Amino acid sequence: MTSPILLSLQLALVTSSLLLVIGLPVACWLAFTRFRLRFLVESVVALPIVLPPTVLGFYLLLEFGSRGWLGAFWQRFTGHTLAFSFEGLVFGSIIYSLPFAVQPFTSALASVDRRLLAASASLGASSMRTFWRITFPIAFPGIVTGFALSFAHTLGEFGVVLMLGGNIAGRTQTASIAIYDNVQMLDYPTAARQSITLLGISFALLVLINALNRKRNWRLQ
Amino acid sequence: MNASSAPLHVEIHIPLQQFPLACTFEAQREVVVLFGASGAGKTSVLDSIAGFRTPIRGRITIGDRVVFCSENGINLPVRHRRVGYLSQQPALFPHLSVRQNVEYGLLDLPQAERDERVGAILERFRIAALASRRPAKISGGEQQRVALARTLVCEPELLLLDEPLSALDLGLKSLLLESLFDWQRERAVPMLYVTHDQSEAYSLSRRVLVLEKGHVVADGEPHRIFSAPFSRERAELSGYENIFDAAVEETHSALGTMTCRVMESNLMLEAPLANKTAGDAACLALRAGDILVATVCPTGISARNLLPGRIRVIEDRAGMVELRVQCGGTRGDAKGGVAQNKTQRTEFCVHVTRGALQNLALRAGQDVWLVIKTHSIQFLRS
Repeated sequence: MTSPILLSLQLALVTSSLLLVIGLPVACWLAFTRFRLRFLVESVVALPIVLPPTVLGFYLLLEFGSRGWLGAFWQRFTGHTLAFSFEGLVFGSIIYSLPFAVQPFTSALASVDRRLLAASASLGASSMRTFWRITFPIAFPGIVTGFALSFAHTLGEFGVVLMLGGNIAGRTQTASIAIYDNVQMLDYPTAARQSITLLGISFALLVLINALNRKRNWRLQ
Repeated sequence: MNASSAPLHVEIHIPLQQFPLACTFEAQREVVVLFGASGAGKTSVLDSIAGFRTPIRGRITIGDRVVFCSENGINLPVRHRRVGYLSQQPALFPHLSVRQNVEYGLLDLPQAERDERVGAILERFRIAALASRRPAKISGGEQQRVALARTLVCEPELLLLDEPLSALDLGLKSLLLESLFDWQRERAVPMLYVTHDQSEAYSLSRRVLVLEKGHVVADGEPHRIFSAPFSRERAELSGYENIFDAAVEETHSALGTMTCRVMESNLMLEAPLANKTAGDAACLALRAGDILVATVCPTGISARNLLPGRIRVIEDRAGMVELRVQCGGTRGDAKGGVAQNKTQRTEFCVHVTRGALQNLALRAGQDVWLVIKTHSIQFLRS
């Protein structure tokens, strides 16, 4: 059976990896579009920051259930409901952590000097080549930051997971829920062990990211 | 269909915020200087040719390719125009080495050919020793050399240069220009060089296009263009520090001069004869470096303008000293004390060397004489 800590790490890794794939195109669009209603899209992306996790979880639960559009589709496809499953947690976490990936991505991409992009185009590069050879490498520290933030944010997620996943040991019982459970059952030593592990992982991650970015900035100057 | 056979044909209309830009010109396989004040639309012209900006109307051809034509809906993207564009900022890719920067435009070529061309251009621009360094680790002049090599190695069919060397010091600049012009002569591609520096325009080319408020107002050899009466806007731009509104008092056709009175003052200046009659308005321009300063009234001198004045302020500038000298008007210490209404002092800006300042022991408040040759005074187009 997967331990809660391991399950949390798994969920965080899958979520932040998928956010890299989903978030980068969104961030690219936000960073470079001249569309007038851009702010509307930005607001939608930022919504999970201000929304209470239980509210988000409630709506997702309705949607993921067998009567929801996505839930019904998923059930027909896989045979089990999206709610109360690991996949459901991944879906929920992607939405919940979206701003923590997209916002750093967007600001990193937008801060790439436009003159470099112009130079690349006038040297004959297609927009794909410009993105992968110029924009992406220069924005890389911000992209790593977005990855790490969404990872850490998913790691500590509580409300959405509780609403969506229930509390099924080995399947949807993540570390933060397990800690809450253990405290409820007055098992303080286990809660303490799990807490210090989460604290350690989160802190180590931030130290690693900052060190990486520092080294890189030093090299470019 | 293509009536013109010139390697570059430009005909564009862009509604800029301040004025509508509408200009038409052609260029042979030559260097053409695009001269004008900042905000005259020079960069918009270059951006349209390079493809960064879309004119609302017009047609641009490079060689036998139509790169833009509003009538036929042709608008080639930047990457297909084969136009080299170099601006004041080298815009080197900071995460790539010098070699990788130069190589960037050749990524579609086979490795062997790429290496050969990159190697040759690195040698030519004397940056082979820097090949493995990052842009942040080389000097500004070297960065601009790399940017130039990166552009030229792609063999563009047209070169656009937007004050590419204005951030460099004089020595570096002439060295780079030499390499650039050698290359241009060799490849015989048209080259548009934007500048707002008149002396640069003189030295660079035998053809200057003057752009003013989005229109080409003059096209020809630099000495012809710059000696013709020009606008006040351009006089300010070309470093005429003293510009006065004046009125013609008297013409002396036998002497080849005219006496002009500076507006709102009693100051008279002898200016070269122009096609004007007494009472006409005239705008006069005078360079600060063309005025001499004397501590006593000079005698036996050919200059026709000897003006008494007083130094108001002395400012140390890079390489020289700027004096502000007030002339004419009614002096506080003038005897008689008949204060004339509507006569103001006229302030001249004068440049002298630091040596002259020390030698003459000039200080603020001192009375001096300004000496001005008739032909130092330029008439401006009104």
